[in-house]
Amino acid sequence: MTDFFQLVFSGMATGSIYALAALGFTLLWQASGTINFAQGEFVMLPAFVMLAFATFGAPMPVAFALTCVVAVAILGWAFKRGIADPLLRFGLMPIVVATIGLAIAARNGIRAGYSAEAHPFPSLFADKLFNIAGVTITLADVGTLVFALLLVVGTQAFLARTVTGRAMQAVAQNTESATVLGINVPRMIFYTFAINAVLACAAALLVTPTYLAKFDMGESLGTKAFFAAIIGGFNNSRGALLGGIIVGVSENLAAAYISPAYKDAVALVIFMVVILFKPQGLLGKKVERKV
Amino acid sequence: MNLFRRTFVTTACALALAGPGLAQAQAIKIAGLYELSGAGATSGTNFKDGVALAVKEINAAGGIMGKQIEHSISDTQSNPGVAKGLTTKAVDDNVIAIMGPVFSGSIMVSMAESRRAEVPNIVGGEAAAITKQGNPYVFRTSFTQETAMPKVARYLANNLKAKNVAVIFVNNDFGKGGRDAITKALTDVGIKVIADISTESGQIDFSAPVLKAKGANADALFAYTNEEESARLLRELRKQGYNKPVVGETTLTGQKVIELAGDSANGAVGHVGLTVDAPNPLMLKFKAKFYQEYKYFCDHNGIKGYTGVYMLKAAIEKAGKLDRKAIATALHGLKLTAAKTPGVILDVAIDDKGDLDRESYLVEVKGGKQEVKEVLPALGQK
Amino acid sequence: MKKTPLLIAALVLLLLLAVPPFLKNYGIYLFSYWLVFVIATMGLNLTIGYAGQKSLRHAAFFGIGAYTVAILMKAGFSFWFGLPVAMLGCFVIGLALGAPALRVQTIYLAFATLGFNTAVWLVMRNEEWLTGGTFGINNIARPGLLGLSLNAALPYYYFVLAMTVLLGALLWKLLSSPWGKAFRALRDNPIRAESLGVNIQAYTLLSFAIGAVYAGIAGALFASLVEFIEPAPFAVGTSIMMYLMVVVGGAGYFFGPLLGSAVGVLLPEWLRFAQGWYLFAFGTAVVMLMLWLPDGLLSIPDRLKARRHAREASAARTAAASKVGAQT
Repeated sequence: MTDFFQLVFSGMATGSIYALAALGFTLLWQASGTINFAQGEFVMLPAFVMLAFATFGAPMPVAFALTCVVAVAILGWAFKRGIADPLLRFGLMPIVVATIGLAIAARNGIRAGYSAEAHPFPSLFADKLFNIAGVTITLADVGTLVFALLLVVGTQAFLARTVTGRAMQAVAQNTESATVLGINVPRMIFYTFAINAVLACAAALLVTPTYLAKFDMGESLGTKAFFAAIIGGFNNSRGALLGGIIVGVSENLAAAYISPAYKDAVALVIFMVVILFKPQGLLGKKVERKV
Repeated sequence: MNLFRRTFVTTACALALAGPGLAQAQAIKIAGLYELSGAGATSGTNFKDGVALAVKEINAAGGIMGKQIEHSISDTQSNPGVAKGLTTKAVDDNVIAIMGPVFSGSIMVSMAESRRAEVPNIVGGEAAAITKQGNPYVFRTSFTQETAMPKVARYLANNLKAKNVAVIFVNNDFGKGGRDAITKALTDVGIKVIADISTESGQIDFSAPVLKAKGANADALFAYTNEEESARLLRELRKQGYNKPVVGETTLTGQKVIELAGDSANGAVGHVGLTVDAPNPLMLKFKAKFYQEYKYFCDHNGIKGYTGVYMLKAAIEKAGKLDRKAIATALHGLKLTAAKTPGVILDVAIDDKGDLDRESYLVEVKGGKQEVKEVLPALGQK
Repeated sequence: MKKTPLLIAALVLLLLLAVPPFLKNYGIYLFSYWLVFVIATMGLNLTIGYAGQKSLRHAAFFGIGAYTVAILMKAGFSFWFGLPVAMLGCFVIGLALGAPALRVQTIYLAFATLGFNTAVWLVMRNEEWLTGGTFGINNIARPGLLGLSLNAALPYYYFVLAMTVLLGALLWKLLSSPWGKAFRALRDNPIRAESLGVNIQAYTLLSFAIGAVYAGIAGALFASLVEFIEPAPFAVGTSIMMYLMVVVGGAGYFFGPLLGSAVGVLLPEWLRFAQGWYLFAFGTAVVMLMLWLPDGLLSIPDRLKARRHAREASAARTAAASKVGAQT
């Protein structure tokens, strides 16, 4: 039994990592209809930027703050102005392909420009182990889970309780009406991109100690994030967290009880089932098809 | 639009035709096929940097037989389809030898092409199948898994007195080949493999494999994954309080793994063919040179690339002429000592199948450093 | 206007026939590789360009075609037996797995197909007894045609070229027929199409199935071209690349795949002078291309036309306005 709990707890910790990447992805889709195939790279880039700042001697909190600023400027503003705005009115295909190109460029730019090696990344949490009823958990596991929860709940609260957040939701639901109501739509969309950038930085800070900073860390992280977002609910922020945890836990359980070689398949099966029977995700709301 | 592109391609190809003809008289051309992107990027980049360093050194010292080496670098994208094309291109370009690739899939393809064209192909792969195809033009730069694993098995049987072993391996051709080789080697010394646990390349969470290993309650654990995964595995082993011996290969106890796993790496034992931390003055010199040039410590692939070029140089000098067939013949049965050919760093002998025989080390990680417990002599030396 | 595409097609064909004998083996290999992808992306273009579906699993059918032919050839059957089997297999699986498309739309469909691709790749990698797993299948022979050996580079290239032309012609016929109109209706306005009596379920499934068959054929040709296959080229990454090729070339344009595959296969070659940065340059080039031409490269003539019309229209307006002004 303890084995089972060990797997579940580890899975939840890994899952919260996927959730963080999924969260920004969901937000971007909700608010502006942008499908960002470079979401994984959006987490990878801040990780390397933080490493770069750290090599120049900045302590971690300072590096993090600086990276957030850089991220908002580049992954937020420049991404929006340069890629999302011009392409969104042409439908989904151009933006999908553009973000694919962006992912390739980011991945190989870091590989050629920085290094092809994996780099260790300092963890926020001390290296402590807890043993509860035979289940071993690290401080990092708990910490990541707690932070992820806080970020998700915080984002949800921001969107539901503040005026700006509500304005952003209005823009997501019906852009024309929002404009008519006097909401500064472009600015609201920019805020979404900015929040995505900051969430990606936070994800990088929490994720990279385990993932290790490597130019291709974005690939698998991005794919898992997509699955997590869809399973949980593509138009619901809490869904991202649920989806992430489901993916993380099911992978572990599958690896232990079914077959390690097919462990990815379980997340896939859940994903397919959700897509076929509840495409809006487990926590999502149904979206009507427009004629 | 189409016309333009077609003309472009034709012109480009025409230039490609003309180019090699001009350069041949002057230089010794070596084509480098490396995984510079995709799954093999880290290994390929290390290998390429090793080759480039050797080429630079040799050229600075006057080249081979007075001629400078021209080293062209191409990216196979860890894709055998691309590797095949690049090998064809190298053959078209009339190169003397082909260095790389590192990944077995790409090697299978490149060595078939290079055999057809009768061009020596010095590869960085470790899969056993490479030298089993009767190809007289393929040469290794490291042990085959079939040579390495019996040494590990012997350590497990004699030193650790293990009666059964759990095996964790990574599910790619490297890991699977290693798993097959160790299973056979263990059976040969009478040890049973009671757990056979596969993991994914790039896997993050190792709680399931470690739980399985714990559950199997074997006398020891043999771990055969790539560097980053080894680091994560070691961390999980420590986290779950695994107290049996953990034994592996170069990819378990390498400097990179120690860097990434921190304290969790302590206690791991590995059979290491090539490590920059070997207690060998030439090796340490190489480590420093490499770091100075590229600002990072290379893994075993860097050493493979570097020594590979020097092996080629020695063979060319032995053959006395730039004839590919003669060079291949010279490579077979070549014995090089580090004293006379410092570029190979360790004494090496190449057999008629293209396999290598070298000394190797049994290493334990202590206090964040690799400590050599035992030097295992080359099989031919006894 | 119909003449120009035919003229261009004839010119391209001429070049494709005439140039390769002057190229060395590498050039011929590259051209063959490019044409294999042209076939695959023609199928994808049908599915996503003409029928407006989303598919990120094309590489799976590419792989199924390749492995079917390779396994059958290893078992002693001829390539010419393996090819129809591969085609049939892809058609049936494509039909069966078009089912999700009936229930979900756009981005969800895209991810469902992505999931399928990963599942197929997992099977390819794990079922060693069937596919050789990560060790792959080696020494795949090239077929013989009517007694002629297609072993060497140039004959095999002409064989692939012939297949490409044949399949292209078939696709052209399909698209000019009422079926083609049905596909376009499916893309532009499915609900209205249904109201007009078009069986959108059948056409959706067909667009996937036919696309899959093209990928399967391309896969079979790929297996014999490279003479070695392993799971890696059939993973999601390749599907994404194929999608990129279709969109960059121009989704819904007949010659889109030709250009798009050229961008995907030949452009990285041309960028090799950038050394380690060539893929970075490629990625950036793709982004730039999308920003400049979101409808793909083949939308250039349409854009020029549109610009000309706009200019004429504004000139007409100014003329009319001045007339009005003169009157008052």
